[in-house]
Amino acid sequence: MSDAEIPPLPEATPAAKPVPESRSEFLVTSAPHLAAGVSTRRVMFEVVLAMVPLFVFAVYMHHARAVVLTAATLAGCLLTEVLANAIRGRSQASLSDGSAVVTGVILAFSLPPSLPPYMAFIGGVVAIALAKAVFGGLGQNLFNPAMVGRAFLMVCFPAAMVTWAVPVPLQEIGVDATTMATPLYAAARNEAIPAMSDLFVGTVGGSLGETSALLALIGGLYLVMRRIADWRQPLGVLAAVAIFAAIAHRVNPAEYEGPLFHLSSGALMFGAFFIATDYVGAPITPRGRLIFGFGVGVLVMVIRVFGAYPEGVMFAILIMNALTPLIERWTTPVPFGGHVAAA
Amino acid sequence: MIGTLLDRFRGLKSFPRGIHPPHRKKLSEPRPIELFIPKGPLQVPMVQHLGAGCTPIVKPKQEVQYGEKIGDVEAFVSAPIHASVAGTTGAGIVAVLPSGRRVPAITLTPAAEGALPVGFLEQFLDRNWDGVEPTSFSPEAVVQGMRDQGIVGMGGATFPTHVKLKRDPNRPVDTVVLNGCECEPYLTADHRLMLESPEAIVVGLYLAMHAVGAKRAIIAIENNKPDAIEAMRRAALGRPGFEVAVCATSYPMGGERQLVWAVLGRTVPSAPKGLPLDVGVVMINCATAHCIARAVVRGMPLTHRVVTVTGRGVARPGNYLVPTGTLFSELIDHCGGLTDEVLKVVAGGPMMGPTVPHLNVPVVKGTSGITCMVDAETAHWVETPCIRCGKCVDNCPLHLSPTKIAHAVKFRDYAMANQYDMMACCECGCCAYVCPANIPLAQYIKAGKNQQRLMAAQNKK
Ligand code: SF4
Ligand code: SF4
Repeated sequence: MSDAEIPPLPEATPAAKPVPESRSEFLVTSAPHLAAGVSTRRVMFEVVLAMVPLFVFAVYMHHARAVVLTAATLAGCLLTEVLANAIRGRSQASLSDGSAVVTGVILAFSLPPSLPPYMAFIGGVVAIALAKAVFGGLGQNLFNPAMVGRAFLMVCFPAAMVTWAVPVPLQEIGVDATTMATPLYAAARNEAIPAMSDLFVGTVGGSLGETSALLALIGGLYLVMRRIADWRQPLGVLAAVAIFAAIAHRVNPAEYEGPLFHLSSGALMFGAFFIATDYVGAPITPRGRLIFGFGVGVLVMVIRVFGAYPEGVMFAILIMNALTPLIERWTTPVPFGGHVAAA
Repeated sequence: MIGTLLDRFRGLKSFPRGIHPPHRKKLSEPRPIELFIPKGPLQVPMVQHLGAGCTPIVKPKQEVQYGEKIGDVEAFVSAPIHASVAGTTGAGIVAVLPSGRRVPAITLTPAAEGALPVGFLEQFLDRNWDGVEPTSFSPEAVVQGMRDQGIVGMGGATFPTHVKLKRDPNRPVDTVVLNGCECEPYLTADHRLMLESPEAIVVGLYLAMHAVGAKRAIIAIENNKPDAIEAMRRAALGRPGFEVAVCATSYPMGGERQLVWAVLGRTVPSAPKGLPLDVGVVMINCATAHCIARAVVRGMPLTHRVVTVTGRGVARPGNYLVPTGTLFSELIDHCGGLTDEVLKVVAGGPMMGPTVPHLNVPVVKGTSGITCMVDAETAHWVETPCIRCGKCVDNCPLHLSPTKIAHAVKFRDYAMANQYDMMACCECGCCAYVCPANIPLAQYIKAGKNQQRLMAAQNKK
């Protein structure tokens, strides 16, 4: 409620209601009696809202596949959530908090567009069942559920997970093939990479919803400005990647692409703003979140530059998730005024 | 952090973290202070301060004059109680304080005529303090005056002021900070007092400075009260060592640790042991300063205070000068009564004030307001799982980890709660305010602190 909604004062009137005596007439609670009113559901809604432009772009790039794939992961996530609640004898209240929806959308966005929908569905089931429900539901999980789901699919369907369909707009301008290498694969194999502008806008091959660095940046900045996402994780990721890539590029320009390429390619921008900022898997301490982001960025680059996989956002997030409790302990803030003196 | 830098850039005093709840001060802000003379009977508690309770020194059915001492005790940390109206005493009873504590009290029925001296309001808000030279009083006389007239901290802590302002050669004080922030939403009592009687506040502040031997006085006011800043500036003009600090409007700016840091850059050691005194600072509330001037210079006891009656649950919000012991019910009746939708009645502001179960509760020296809240303006604590968003950590002005402490308390792991410095918490409520999972974090922490104190007391036995 804003100040504007308070109605003007009535003039002095006789008592509107006899004043009660001695009975517990009013609600008795402990202070504070005000709250900001930004609920978990609101937070999740905002995150989904920030991903809408990416979804629209995915539909533009992959037409019906985008819709089918997203629907499949969402179905997997939500059905599993319902089942998990039923098994644990909980109310279905957790459905409406929207966290399963966010998991489903992030998972869908990270998948190859040509993935068969049933695999996407399995990914959604695994994300919620293995990464969230077994830990005790929202807030209890150690690892990012969407990334666990994706890792599971990587292991079970390795071929399908690295087959990249050519986006429809590219087919229309005459790319004569059904599959293509993503820019990161191309770079890893020292093949030609797309123009920077295409890379940044996202009109290249790659995961369903992660190719557009531009739209991820816009959605991400929206979340940061709304104070839904913290700025520390994205800053940490982007800074680490930029520094690492600049050094690698300096050392061997022929072998390694520069910072701009790395920042705009793959899941980097999306990961920095939407996956690394996931509350549950990141430290609750401000300094911890900066370290978490920086760690993700460094790991992404280590995997991209030295690893067998051309893309490393997923592994980077999962590894840092595992380190979160440790980081949190290191970075617990010292109280203002020092620790409480022994009594 | 970034917010603090921006505030600095704008020339505002500020502190890192903290929150920006809606002000909702417009309800009562424009209403000048109005004198309220209750018909009674009043319930005057014998404990209106931190420290030893008073013993009644009047008999039942005795006629008392306005300002006559009716309760006192020998202990150093205590403050006497004075008759807040002329009238007849009744039987001794047990009154329920706004905090919920039950204490002995005297009933007092105001005289039909002459319950208060003629022109009481004008005297109270008197703006003519010309020719009063605070340095003509000795520090001892100042402190004695406060003790005699029952002055306590009126910001809510109700610590006896003569104890706080007693010179201690081992702990010199260089600065007295006047807390005119009134950062609690809704409340406007201090604001009105600064507008309507700024000269007395300045004199009181000067006396406090003089008592502790400080050379500097800082008047701290949030920038959402430009008229009060102006009024206080004018009143303090030409007083050596006085300055006005314009503070950012940020909750809890009026917390002593936040304010001392904002205006002086000094870090007060953590509660429960640390005090502003440890860094050479004494902080007094502006209503207290007002009373100090009246007590020391004019010999007037602390019998009245300005109370903001506000919220959408009351028909006619405003600022009232009320004798202590007035029942909430009578004051609220005077304000047009409660509306039908009223849900909670809070003694004080909505961030830190306790709710009262009923209106049979007296106004005491520390009652800065009565906030009558309807359903739509209150928070509803429907707890959901913590999503580890870290917002409570980000916004705790004391840099604690509220979610860790609250969850430790929830599982009765007090050792763990203490590991996270539970006792340093100032109960400001910022953590609960921001939590998206709607967890009453501050409420848990408060319960934990109480439990901890209980256990400590038991261990001593
Ligand atoms: S932990 Fe205590 S000091 Fe920190 S925000 Fe919560 S109530 Fe305020
Ligand atoms: S603000 Fe609430 S949900 Fe967020 S970390 Fe703190 S307790 Fe958990």
